[in-house]
Amino acid sequence: MRFWVSAGLVFSLAVIAAAILKNEYYFFAGYTVLTYVVLATAWNILGGYAGYVNFGTPAFFGLGAYAAAVLFKATEAPLLFQIIAAAAMSGLLGFAAGLLTLRLRGIFFAIATIALVVIMETLFINWRYAGGATGLQLLRPAPVAPFESYIKMLFVVMALIAVASVAIARYIETSWIGRGLRAIRDSEEAAECSGVPTLKLKVFACSISGALMGAAGAPMPMYLSFIEPASTFNLNYAIGALASPMIGGMTHYIGPVIGAILLSTIQQVVTVTISGEMNVLVVGVLLVVFVVAAPEGILGLFRKKFSAGRK
Amino acid sequence: MEFSFDLLLEATVFGILLGCFYAAVSIGLSVSFGLLDVPHVAHPAIMVLGAYCTYVLVQYGFDPIVAGIVLMPAFFLLGMGVYRFYYEAFEKRGSDAGVRGIAFFFGLALIIEVGLILAFGVDQRTVEAAYIGESIDLGEMRIPLRFLVAFGVALVLMTGLTLYLSKTFTGRAIKAVAQDEPALRLMGADPVRIKQWAFGIATGVTALAGALLIIIGPVEPGLDRVYIGRTFSVVVLAGLGSMTGTIAAGLILGISESIVLMHFGASWAPAVAFGLLLIVLGIRPQGLFGR
Repeated sequence: MRFWVSAGLVFSLAVIAAAILKNEYYFFAGYTVLTYVVLATAWNILGGYAGYVNFGTPAFFGLGAYAAAVLFKATEAPLLFQIIAAAAMSGLLGFAAGLLTLRLRGIFFAIATIALVVIMETLFINWRYAGGATGLQLLRPAPVAPFESYIKMLFVVMALIAVASVAIARYIETSWIGRGLRAIRDSEEAAECSGVPTLKLKVFACSISGALMGAAGAPMPMYLSFIEPASTFNLNYAIGALASPMIGGMTHYIGPVIGAILLSTIQQVVTVTISGEMNVLVVGVLLVVFVVAAPEGILGLFRKKFSAGRK
Repeated sequence: MEFSFDLLLEATVFGILLGCFYAAVSIGLSVSFGLLDVPHVAHPAIMVLGAYCTYVLVQYGFDPIVAGIVLMPAFFLLGMGVYRFYYEAFEKRGSDAGVRGIAFFFGLALIIEVGLILAFGVDQRTVEAAYIGESIDLGEMRIPLRFLVAFGVALVLMTGLTLYLSKTFTGRAIKAVAQDEPALRLMGADPVRIKQWAFGIATGVTALAGALLIIIGPVEPGLDRVYIGRTFSVVVLAGLGSMTGTIAAGLILGISESIVLMHFGASWAPAVAFGLLLIVLGIRPQGLFGR
């Protein structure tokens, strides 16, 4: 109950902000932050709970973006259908990739997911209809009724996707699925022996995670009015999606949210005030510092402080 | 598309040269990941760092290959330091080292990449030497001399490392660590020191690989992302830690990449390494010469 109240509060805050604030820059920045919240939450379903490191975020994100763009080019479908199509395509990719690669462990799985990114990028570079290497210009339609600008509408839509994905992550975490995934992380053999359907659970986690990443990518072509393979399948998305849960904490659904908000806000500030290269450096340094010094992330630090206080 | 035997022959010759180069850039990873089981995702980034160090030394009048050899001791020490840090921070603590270890090396790769961008900018860099830019004619084919030079150095490097691992005492100790670490500990040897030494050697070799990288073509800081696929696919295809396998796998990748390049165009070539990798992981995860 508390979760739904706070989720509702956060979402209404986003709507109120969209109604009051005039400066559109906040919505551009907020949209990016929310995208990373979705990506980090989705990443954590497979990476945090089950312990499978996925570098393939750009493949799912990019496929979602392209699915939306191609659907829009072909039929001018509204945003809602674009998002559904994107989630379906990326979910399917997650299902297929999961079946093929989830028998691999540790670094082998991680490398296989990088492979997925490069293969998807190569496919879209060579697909003329989707614009090939030069990309595709898209004409944004007029915003739907209550919204005065398209970017505000995208911001609210992304806030909705973010709330939905955190709710899904929370459901998975607290249900038997989450327990199964945690058993896989601790010892896959022991889990299998105790009757946990490990492969089924992993494929399920990979599909859901992929679908959410695809949904996060769907509004992007409209956000930029443009889509192009090199930036869509950029490994920087993988870095953000992986670093946020590591920094926030991977054991609770709120960890990736904290990490993503913190990290991408810092990134926005650094990009604007210093340079785009510095923001990647900041992520790299924070990632290394956290995995070495605070393996449980920010949540772990808090937990340590509270349990010390109780004694 | 018309099939042409000449084109295929040219692609094969080119692929062999390229493949030997791929084997040389992967051999460090073959030791660090293949033998020591360290998820060294930063290997290509360290290689690009080596290429940039070579670039700097060439500005002071060094020959690129000499520069690569001069850099080896420094990179050896760097590698020992990186492994020590990795050991203290992750391997020693044990639990859940997998996820965080990979994230650590990923972060390290990012730091190197951005460090290079900040120091040198995103422009491509090349080096000058007598053999760069020249080429020799073989019948219909023109083979750039720099590929031949890289081919030769790669062969020497790989032969040297293979002999070192199979003939010397330390080399055998490194292989022993890979096979059975507890047994080595029972023999009274310290596996951590041996692994540290081996990681140092792997990194030192990578410096020379970096020199070859900048001889073969222009280098930019983001190049490591392309080579993650190439190096890991060679090492996995080889069968972890097999030196003979590394050469064979390098040749397979080189030849398939150059055939795809000539028949389908450059835009398909980057996917070759990863496609090959996925096929190997799916069908024969232990590789060609697996343990």
